[in-house]
Amino acid sequence: MNRVTLRKTIIACAAMAAALLLAIVLMSLLGSEPLPVRASLCALASFGTNACGLTQDQFDILFQIRLPRILLAAAVGGSLATAGAGYQALLRNPLAEPYLLGISNGAAVGTMIALVFFGAIEWTRPILAFSGALLATLAVYRLARGRAGATPERLILAGVIVTTFLSSVIVFVTVLMDATRIRSFTFWLLGDLSGASKTLLPVTIVIAIAGALALTLHARSLNLLMLGERDAFDLGVEVGRVRIVVFLVASLLVGSSVAASGSVGYVGLVVPHLARLSLGSDNRITIPAAALGGALFVIVADTVARTVIAPRELPVGAITALIGAPLFIYLLRRA
Amino acid sequence: MTLEGHNITVAYDHRIAVADVTLSLKQGEITSIIGPNGAGKSTLLRTLNGQLPRSSGAVLLDGEPIERLNRRSISRRIAVVAQEAELRFPVTVVEFVLGGRFAWATHSGWGWETERDVDIAESVLRETELSDLSARLMNELSGGERQRALMARALATEAPILLLDEPTANLDLSHQATLLSLVRARCDQRRAAALVVTHDINLASEFADNILLMKQGRTVHSGKPEQVLTPEILHDVFEIRVLVDAHPVTGGPRITPVHEPISVNRDSRSV
Repeated sequence: MNRVTLRKTIIACAAMAAALLLAIVLMSLLGSEPLPVRASLCALASFGTNACGLTQDQFDILFQIRLPRILLAAAVGGSLATAGAGYQALLRNPLAEPYLLGISNGAAVGTMIALVFFGAIEWTRPILAFSGALLATLAVYRLARGRAGATPERLILAGVIVTTFLSSVIVFVTVLMDATRIRSFTFWLLGDLSGASKTLLPVTIVIAIAGALALTLHARSLNLLMLGERDAFDLGVEVGRVRIVVFLVASLLVGSSVAASGSVGYVGLVVPHLARLSLGSDNRITIPAAALGGALFVIVADTVARTVIAPRELPVGAITALIGAPLFIYLLRRA
Repeated sequence: MTLEGHNITVAYDHRIAVADVTLSLKQGEITSIIGPNGAGKSTLLRTLNGQLPRSSGAVLLDGEPIERLNRRSISRRIAVVAQEAELRFPVTVVEFVLGGRFAWATHSGWGWETERDVDIAESVLRETELSDLSARLMNELSGGERQRALMARALATEAPILLLDEPTANLDLSHQATLLSLVRARCDQRRAAALVVTHDINLASEFADNILLMKQGRTVHSGKPEQVLTPEILHDVFEIRVLVDAHPVTGGPRITPVHEPISVNRDSRSV
């Protein structure tokens, strides 16, 4: 029978986890400063003890700059792809994506308020980003919901309204900043992984993993919710409760990733779509596969972003949008 | 297994949709609700399922007020067939039908279908003649096939109470009969109770044991088909002249609407 089983899920996730691990190792060797392959692999395998012949500079590049950045890319990618899959099931629409719906902008406004008013206190950023994402999610949900759920047109329009409104809020706050910070800030808005903060990185990783698990644990309910709230209710899903869980978890994922890296767009669209294309629509496999695939996707995109015009860098959001926008058009035409 | 509604009234912002309706579904019997558009038929069905709140009255499932039961325990006992499935995601027929087993899972969110779940899905797919299509995507099916898949999913719940809202709307003649025969078989073999909302009075006459005739939210008549489906009663409710004679095969009431020409002047009709 043509359906997803636990066995298939475990095999697919194990294969993707292996690919992710491989990508983390390989991508940490790539960059504007070439590192000796054998010594770097040896240092990575011994978890950061430098007995492998790397110079102190090389060692620092590997462990202080590249590895934290790659881990942040993984956490951000996993978070955004998981959140995308969650929003898609909740809004019953494969076009739902945190960046396109303005939810990333909501989180960005929250982060900016934290930067401007509580600049020194780092942990206020994810908290305010989460609040911003949550408010933006509620706004989109209320605007997009019609009698037949969120139709593609209505959802996109709701996203446009929320995005443009929040963009103008962002412009207002930017004006309040001093000129020297505006450039780095603009870069951050487009999605920038270079600023991996020592304190926020572990938080971002923990939230990414916990969020993916939380949504995976509701995957079977989401499978039914995806086909209509009334049907899901009839079949025994506690629709109200599941809806709140997805709202909270997805907003938390978007909030923490935006606070750490700005708005990396289209990850939540591209990755769940590829997961469904190759593995089917069952959220019990789509969500964990999207989480792992998102991590992989952003690691690779960020490696491209920091190497194509090295020593200068592109914002990773520019790379993901370059891939995501054409796919979005394709999906929209089909819907 | 019993489902009873006592003096159910449902009002939406001052508009009364269902007014003081009492009914009881009996094991082994099909009850059909008929009535003009806007009579409150679907609203009544949604209230019996615990989805719509009542203004007054009670819904009792096995003697317990339905609002005290959790969703999954209701869904193991009441299955609904409506026409809602939104198919924006590619879902296979078998995945769709296995959705009917959700309420039986030991964990509400995670958890996988058991061998028994898969056996049940295979057997209802056979019953609904969808076995050959089980690996196909739902949005590749015709309207009629999709309606059968909805029915298959409801049967897969193994709920002893079936609530069906216009189940035959998209079906051709032969599949209308097949679908209602499936409902009949559940009632005969497993002592299920079914409630069917329909616009097809002849189908109701053929398959239902009891008919509830509604108009403007109220029960106008209820009873056996031959008691309810009389020319006088139908004329009162539908405001149309009908002929009622004996069905040549079943002997039950057969209803033929008599369409009188509408008297409008010729010029306005000739467009």
